Amino acid sequence: MSNAPVDHGRRRFLTIATSVVGGVGAVGAAVPFIASWNPSEKAKQAGAAVTANIGKLEPGQLIRVEWRGKPVWVVKRTPEMLETLTKVEGQLRDPASEEEQQPAYAKNQHRSKKPEIFVAVGICTHLGCSPTYKMSDFDAHVEGIASGFFCPCHGSTYDMAGRVFSGVPAPKNLMIPPYMFIDDTTVIIGADEGTA
Amino acid sequence: MFKNFMNWIEYRMPFMEKMNLHVMQYPAPKNFNFWYFFGSLAMLVLVNQILTGIWLTMNFEPSAERAFASVEYIMRDVDYGWLLRYMHSTGASAFFVVVYLHMLRGMMYGSYQKPRELLWIFGMLIFLVLMAEAFMGYLLPWGQMSFWGAQVIISIFGVIPGIGDDLTLWIRGDYVISGATLNRFFALHVIALPLVLVILVFLHIIALHEVGSNNPDGIDVKRPNDGTKIDNNVSDKFTFHEYFTKGGKKIIVDAIPFHPYYTVKDIVGVVGFLLVFCAVIFFAPEGGGFFLEPPNFEPANPMKTPDHIAPVWYFTPFYAILRAVPDQLFGAIFMFLAIIFLALLPWLDRCPVRSVRYRSTFHKWNLVNFCVSFVVLGVLGVLPATPTYTLIAQIASFTYFAFFGLLWLYSKNEKTKPLPVRLS
Amino acid sequence: MLKQLLSVLALVASSAALAAGGPAVHLDKAPIDLHDKESLQRGAKMFQNYCLGCHQMEYQRYSRTFRDLGIPDEVGMQELAFTANKVGDYIKNAAPKADLAKWFGAPPPDLTNVARVRGPDWLYTYLRSFYADPTRPFGVNNDVFPLVGMPHVLQELQGVPYKKHETRLVDGVSQEVYVGIVTDGSGELSTEEYDRAVADLVNYLEYTGEPSKLESHSLGIKVMIFLLIFFVLAFLLKKEYWKDVH
Repeated sequence: MSNAPVDHGRRRFLTIATSVVGGVGAVGAAVPFIASWNPSEKAKQAGAAVTANIGKLEPGQLIRVEWRGKPVWVVKRTPEMLETLTKVEGQLRDPASEEEQQPAYAKNQHRSKKPEIFVAVGICTHLGCSPTYKMSDFDAHVEGIASGFFCPCHGSTYDMAGRVFSGVPAPKNLMIPPYMFIDDTTVIIGADEGTA
Repeated sequence: MFKNFMNWIEYRMPFMEKMNLHVMQYPAPKNFNFWYFFGSLAMLVLVNQILTGIWLTMNFEPSAERAFASVEYIMRDVDYGWLLRYMHSTGASAFFVVVYLHMLRGMMYGSYQKPRELLWIFGMLIFLVLMAEAFMGYLLPWGQMSFWGAQVIISIFGVIPGIGDDLTLWIRGDYVISGATLNRFFALHVIALPLVLVILVFLHIIALHEVGSNNPDGIDVKRPNDGTKIDNNVSDKFTFHEYFTKGGKKIIVDAIPFHPYYTVKDIVGVVGFLLVFCAVIFFAPEGGGFFLEPPNFEPANPMKTPDHIAPVWYFTPFYAILRAVPDQLFGAIFMFLAIIFLALLPWLDRCPVRSVRYRSTFHKWNLVNFCVSFVVLGVLGVLPATPTYTLIAQIASFTYFAFFGLLWLYSKNEKTKPLPVRLS
Repeated sequence: MLKQLLSVLALVASSAALAAGGPAVHLDKAPIDLHDKESLQRGAKMFQNYCLGCHQMEYQRYSRTFRDLGIPDEVGMQELAFTANKVGDYIKNAAPKADLAKWFGAPPPDLTNVARVRGPDWLYTYLRSFYADPTRPFGVNNDVFPLVGMPHVLQELQGVPYKKHETRLVDGVSQEVYVGIVTDGSGELSTEEYDRAVADLVNYLEYTGEPSKLESHSLGIKVMIFLLIFFVLAFLLKKEYWKDVH
């Protein structure tokens, strides 16, 4: 047993150094545990981009495509529907799509790449119900407007560009997913030029 | 502010008091050697198994249809799933390596002797529960070895006269090992047995701290305080909890506080262990076919037995005893006796000297005999049973049990070396 | 005492390892390298062309193979995945399981993990050990897997293999001696090319058995280096504190 005085500086340095390295080790050991909660390959593959054929879409028709377990609508809007987009602007909560609910290429009045083709996630921004497409009897909910989307759960209403009307429970416009056109009849939902 | 908060806690739950009692002011003999790492390592592996186990259950599906595929899903589709799975599978083997060495330490230094009998019994219970835990866990991946290994081991219960067949049927919950068996094993493996294990480990440590740690010299570090000054006593430099000095009636000699001395030492042991553990996980997760057996990469097939089935390596010493005895029932009895005798060590060993360092040469060789018998049985349990191997297994089983018989005979009047007064 | 004990144990363990012995048939070492992406790609192509007709990889996705082998998804889907609809699909065939079991006597085993079950050396030797045997239903037998129920699907590459016997002088007596498996030369590949092709396939099977292997090796080296640094620090810290005791 030596009675030499303790070198406190060295002792403190080694304690701190070992603690820091040990701490780094603990953080490193936590990585696999945390990372394993990320979407797995299975979830990613199920959530991969899906292809929709729009060649046979009639004017005014809506088709549903499943992407990441959610309904995605593809609607071919008629010229009359596009006209109403200007008409309703005074009644909307976010007519210029200021909220980040769409990719940059859909931040316009029709909220789409091509004016006539509307692609949106069909999930109400209020509590997650899927609104109903009212092709011609929407004026029961908003006077003087023929077409739009109506959520049966709490009565939220959206125009034909998925923009929410003021005075309804839903806070935001409908979400627009990333998408791109391969050709005139094929659209890929879930991927765009930026991701592909 | 902080001090007030700590006082508020302390008044209601004496946290610091318990920390002092069990860690900061716990007197540990100053001469712990290499063999004393395995207790803390067993604790580390237990934590590893519980954590990785919880994470594996997040993706494992306990059904005969999905179990195998869900393990492959973990291995391939889940981020770092392969790492979590290998940590768990390697951890199972590491647990037994560490526990066997921990038990050997106890045998070498007589740590089971009075007053540590109960401590030893808790340890043996931990060992038994650990074996059950490992056995049930091995069924879960639902590979060929999982299935047929479980088939063989459950069948052992069938030899019990009268109730054997009904008992095996009841354990399986079906006429063969099936999804029902898998599900109940899953429940026991992830909830019941770990809970029991943690409670037993807690009791093991409480029992240890009550009687104090043994050491390689096997002499006590606490002695009655008759007022005489003890020269060169390192313990004079430290404060120990009054619980251990019994208000000055006892004096502590050659012991040091567990923290910081053994905490910093155990960190060295832990990192050294992790070097080996991680080398296996990252570079040889199959452990040469012993930790993960090749047939287990094929899904369970009740129609086809693999060419050669053997239990996982940590069961093979006991399995070899089972096979060595020609009669089924007696084979099973001897297998259980092999463990029972270990549990009875505190009473079979009648020598007042604990450590092998101061015991007779005969005892040393008897201990070597035990280790060799155990390893030989372990190796034979992996191999197919040929007549030669069976003969060797019979001899090794005999020498295994002879260790206990001889120990009981010679330990009463054993010629021991004089014990030192102080720790070396 | 401790050293004696350890040396005895080491002796027992090593003799036991010897006693455990190897398989009855000599296995050639498979010349494979998981880092060789081109070999893996050729192996994947071989698998798709010659194995997938009957065998599947139920647990391996095309997307994983493409990613790990450096094949762009579009190229992979066009060149390799004939039967798949999506890149995330498992590597499966459309063959009816019950019929396969009837034709071959047993359902062809899944091959995702076959390299972990059999080992790459076994596979490499097995695929090079078929020989003509008119007594068998498919006209071939196998040295490594006697009475195998699988036809020699790589015969168009290897040619018809047969066991060659030669008359040689053994201890002054002329005898028929088995010299090995040779082919009739009708295959598309030479013997060396065939061995290489089989090695590529085995390399790919070794990869699919454990796709995480490449990742685990590179991560493992980093972890080991970290632990070594930690070990040195922890050791110095222990030494420093234990100056109080010694």
